[in-house]
Amino acid sequence: MPPLKSTSVLTAEARHAVSIVLNGTPRTGHAHPRLLLSDFLRHELGAHGTRVGCEHGVCGACTVRIDGVAVRACLTLAVQADGRRIDTVEGLSQGNEGRMTALQEAFRRHHALQCGFCTAGILMSLTDYLDRNPKPTEEELRDMLSGHLCRCTGYAGIVRAVMDVTGRTVREVAHV
Amino acid sequence: MKPAPFDYLRPATVAEALAALADGGDDARVIAGGQSLMPMLNMRLVQPRLLIDLGRLEELRTLRAADGWLTVGAAVTQAEVLARPTLVEEVPLLAAALPWVGHFQTRNRGTLCGSVAHADPSAETPLCLVATGGEVVLRNAKRRRTVAAADFFLGPLTTVKAADEIVECVRFPLARRGSGHAFREQSMRHGDFAIAACAATVNGDHASLAVGGVAERPTMRSWPLVDGRLPPDLDGALNAFAWDLGGDDDQHATARYRRDLVRRIGRTVLEEALSCRR
Repeated sequence: MPPLKSTSVLTAEARHAVSIVLNGTPRTGHAHPRLLLSDFLRHELGAHGTRVGCEHGVCGACTVRIDGVAVRACLTLAVQADGRRIDTVEGLSQGNEGRMTALQEAFRRHHALQCGFCTAGILMSLTDYLDRNPKPTEEELRDMLSGHLCRCTGYAGIVRAVMDVTGRTVREVAHV
Repeated sequence: MKPAPFDYLRPATVAEALAALADGGDDARVIAGGQSLMPMLNMRLVQPRLLIDLGRLEELRTLRAADGWLTVGAAVTQAEVLARPTLVEEVPLLAAALPWVGHFQTRNRGTLCGSVAHADPSAETPLCLVATGGEVVLRNAKRRRTVAAADFFLGPLTTVKAADEIVECVRFPLARRGSGHAFREQSMRHGDFAIAACAATVNGDHASLAVGGVAERPTMRSWPLVDGRLPPDLDGALNAFAWDLGGDDDQHATARYRRDLVRRIGRTVLEEALSCRR
């Protein structure tokens, strides 16, 4: 975590400089204190890969990594992200010489998306989760996926894609 | 859904945060993980004039077991506590209940103290704090006071915490040798608010059941063990408890269904707690 500096009060009426490291690149934008990180990424920095769904933390579409940890961008203020490292879906291929990662390729192979609206958030959750738990069981994986709403796939393709890249076999269990 | 405008302060010390909170009065709110407060801000259910961010204060990152207590500071996340390798020996009930708190993605940011301060009647952390006989440490600019969990929660989103106080830390008693613990809840989907949540503890010659999501606050009842077993008329005792909790019909479940959950899940967790004593 970066060293803490006290802010003088950031006033509601003004826009304040917010500097983050977005997918490895330092970026600065300006934000009113009430601006959500999800809107800061999209409207201020033009990083549209992060989707905005429910805006109260339920759907998981806006999930990004802050200092490596998967969190809801709609439940985080832009000013809270100041000085932090933010990773979004755009960064996955950037960190892989411009090619899709093995997980993204598996999503394509296994039809783990249809409309794709939930996909960015799920990929960001999975990259953090698989770092910590590289070979989850199907039950563990479905428990983690319960933090995301996907209305197209029924999750079956997503589960198959993850089990494929982690080298585990799929055994269909009750839905999340 | 966007929050109404507010000023934002990221203090460098707890003292600075408390001074700002004392000045701000009822118009100021503190935020740590924000996993309960941010949805309320987004939906404009709360519209503070000043938001004070405790999330990065090193002073509030205490997580230690000492002198019979596990102390969890206000900036410690649910994920950090859940990842503590010794948690299952220290506070096994919390180890069993934390996976039911929200989702992986919200536990990464949500805090135990925030959940306690928020005081949703169906929340798991307040329930565990009551079930284990824990404490809440409150602090304002002038003093600190400790309140037993049983006295802290007054009703939905209502506690004895004054507007100028923060929940500095919560303290769970370390599990005693020979005690047993079990947790289970029912919700529409995993990670949703519990329709009924049950935490059982067996300690010495007593079995206790704490229930969340039914009454207006987490509520516990205890029964003496009979020859090391659960009371012979446990079903009757659970039925009386279920009625006394006085749950209401709402959009998630009927009061009758809630009573049935208390009777059924209550028995299940009590039996599990008795059988897993160590």
